[in-house]
Amino acid sequence: MGAWPSLSNVIFALIFGAGVGYFTFNMRRLVALIKKGRPVGPVAHKKERWRNVLYIALGQSKLVKRPVSGLMHVLVYLGFVIINIEVLEIVIDGLFGTHRIFQFIGPAYGVLIGLFEVLAVLVFFAVVIFWLRRNALKLKRFWSPEMSGWPKKDANLILYFEMVLMGLFLMMNASDLSFQQLNQGNWISGSIYSMIQDWPQAQLHLIERICWWTHIVGILGFLNYLYFSKHLHILLAFPNVYYGRVTPAGQFENLDSVTEQVKLMMDPAADPYAAQPEGTVPEKFGASDVTDLTQVQLLNAMTCTECGRCTSECPANQTGKLLSPRKIMMDTRDRLMALPKEGESKQLLDDYISRDELWACTTCNACVEACPVSIDPVSIIMAMRQYLVMEQSAAPSELNVTMSNIENNAAPWPFNQQDRGNWINE
Amino acid sequence: MEKALNVPTMAECQAQGKLPEVLFWVGCAGSFDDRAKKITKAFAKLLQASGVSFAVLGAEEGCTGDPAKRSGNEFLFQMQAMMNIEVLNGYGVGQIVTTCPHCFNTLKNEYPGLGGSYQVMHHTQFLKNLMDSGRLKVSGGSFRGKKITYHDPCYLGRANGEYEAPRALLSALESELIEMKRCKTRGLCCGAGGAQMFKEPEKGNKDINIERSEEAIETGASFVATGCPFCNTMMTDGVTAKGAESKVAVMDVAELIAKAADL
Ligand code: SF4
Ligand code: SF4
Repeated sequence: MGAWPSLSNVIFALIFGAGVGYFTFNMRRLVALIKKGRPVGPVAHKKERWRNVLYIALGQSKLVKRPVSGLMHVLVYLGFVIINIEVLEIVIDGLFGTHRIFQFIGPAYGVLIGLFEVLAVLVFFAVVIFWLRRNALKLKRFWSPEMSGWPKKDANLILYFEMVLMGLFLMMNASDLSFQQLNQGNWISGSIYSMIQDWPQAQLHLIERICWWTHIVGILGFLNYLYFSKHLHILLAFPNVYYGRVTPAGQFENLDSVTEQVKLMMDPAADPYAAQPEGTVPEKFGASDVTDLTQVQLLNAMTCTECGRCTSECPANQTGKLLSPRKIMMDTRDRLMALPKEGESKQLLDDYISRDELWACTTCNACVEACPVSIDPVSIIMAMRQYLVMEQSAAPSELNVTMSNIENNAAPWPFNQQDRGNWINE
Repeated sequence: MEKALNVPTMAECQAQGKLPEVLFWVGCAGSFDDRAKKITKAFAKLLQASGVSFAVLGAEEGCTGDPAKRSGNEFLFQMQAMMNIEVLNGYGVGQIVTTCPHCFNTLKNEYPGLGGSYQVMHHTQFLKNLMDSGRLKVSGGSFRGKKITYHDPCYLGRANGEYEAPRALLSALESELIEMKRCKTRGLCCGAGGAQMFKEPEKGNKDINIERSEEAIETGASFVATGCPFCNTMMTDGVTAKGAESKVAVMDVAELIAKAADL
């Protein structure tokens, strides 16, 4: 080992700094975007929320309801997280010019790396199966219209990233002469090494260095890729599940702004001609754009993994309607991401989500139930219906009839309220 | 053994100075829809047979506002809610039972925020309690050994987590309960919710109730049990559209129990 810092230490520090720096920059952009939504204020039921984080986010309890993909996902997730402990060692080595600094912990190091290697192989194969499910088996939920173009490419890119990173990790170990000679923890890489051990030492060293550098640059690249990808869910799933619904799924929020007005209307003492207090802007009802949605709804959109479990359970989608709850989430995210660029020239309603989609929903909550990360597409659909009805009076005509019936006879059909008890004596 | 129905209104009860044990919230479908009225009556008979003191609001009841809210008309919903809450609170109502999961959900979950807090039960929950406490005898009668499949109403199941009460009642009928592939948390909607009942479905390649009815018919059950007047309509229409109405009857859980007891 030469004097510290060597040129490679400096280069490493620069790359590492740039990687972490750009990531931080993008995360701040992300937070700023989510803050464009309406604030939700402090949330109640904290205990239950933490429980959800533990079971649903960390334990992936909803994911394993589909056992095949669920268990493989748990494997890839755990594998990937655990193997990344190794990144810590790489960073220290890279910055300080050490080599496998954690070796000082003794034989446990071998066991640790051995486990990492096994996980790396398992992750590799699970990812291959994921790729096959998408591209060869063509599972229906991965081939909906909203999954063409970038979303499809994105999903495959993530899988390639993971395959390559796992491969590099194993190859790095296999070509590391000192590590192989120690013969501890090279459970998998040992057999690769036996194939290449006759190669010149210098060549092995070069391979090791290339793998080491590509691996860490790849990881930093992957980290920075997150912001542009559905893979962001590996970070956002946790806050998203925390803010997920803890009340019964059928309980739709009552709009406080409406309550105030209805109370005024029903209060005989209130002055109907009273002017609005000066400077108050009448509140907009419902949502026509992402800025009308709540911050939790926007967080939902940024968290969506595009897995399509919601859509595959959606009765409207299964019977050929345009509605796809996944598309609702993806549109919301895409519009939010494009907000700085598009500005007011576009909006979520009509430019992204059509009215036909909104009116096809039965509010059955199958999508909410199916979502592994507690996303609530129905709440967005409802907010947009509220805008259509309360701001634009643009309900389907049959619903207008229904609503005027309710208003006039307190029933959705044209029957007389006085006759409500007639069934008793019929 | 037709026994005359004796259903007092809250106003009548109040005039006599006695508050009933529970208010039976009939709902719009239960009041006006011919098919749903039969469910209303069957349930009222069961209440009567169990010796439950109950009353209805009659002309003082109004739509809970569920279809308005799900259409996006929060104004109309809250107007309906406030009017109903005024009536309910005026009578000091404590416990409500209803045969409609939509009314159930709205009364239970959305009224408290507007000043109306009651103990609200779906009729299958209420009947199960009556059965468990021995007030209601449920036995098979003509349904013994018959194959029954149960369709989970979204607003009872997923929306409020009640999957067991109706099933417990059906198994007390000594029937053979066959589950559809999509049941309980994964139960497929009948297509009526979210105010869809009151409009034509959006363009697609199939109606949701047909998809669901096919699944129900495929189980080979002779009865499709439901717990919702709207599911009942949807499934009845679906079964008829498939020409299976002579083999498969769509009935509410309350109707099955009442029929088994020859009420
Ligand atoms: S609630 Fe609406 S979007 Fe969600 S599954 Fe049901 S019909 Fe589809
Ligand atoms: S909303 Fe949930 S279930 Fe639907 S695609 Fe996104 S992550 Fe998957």
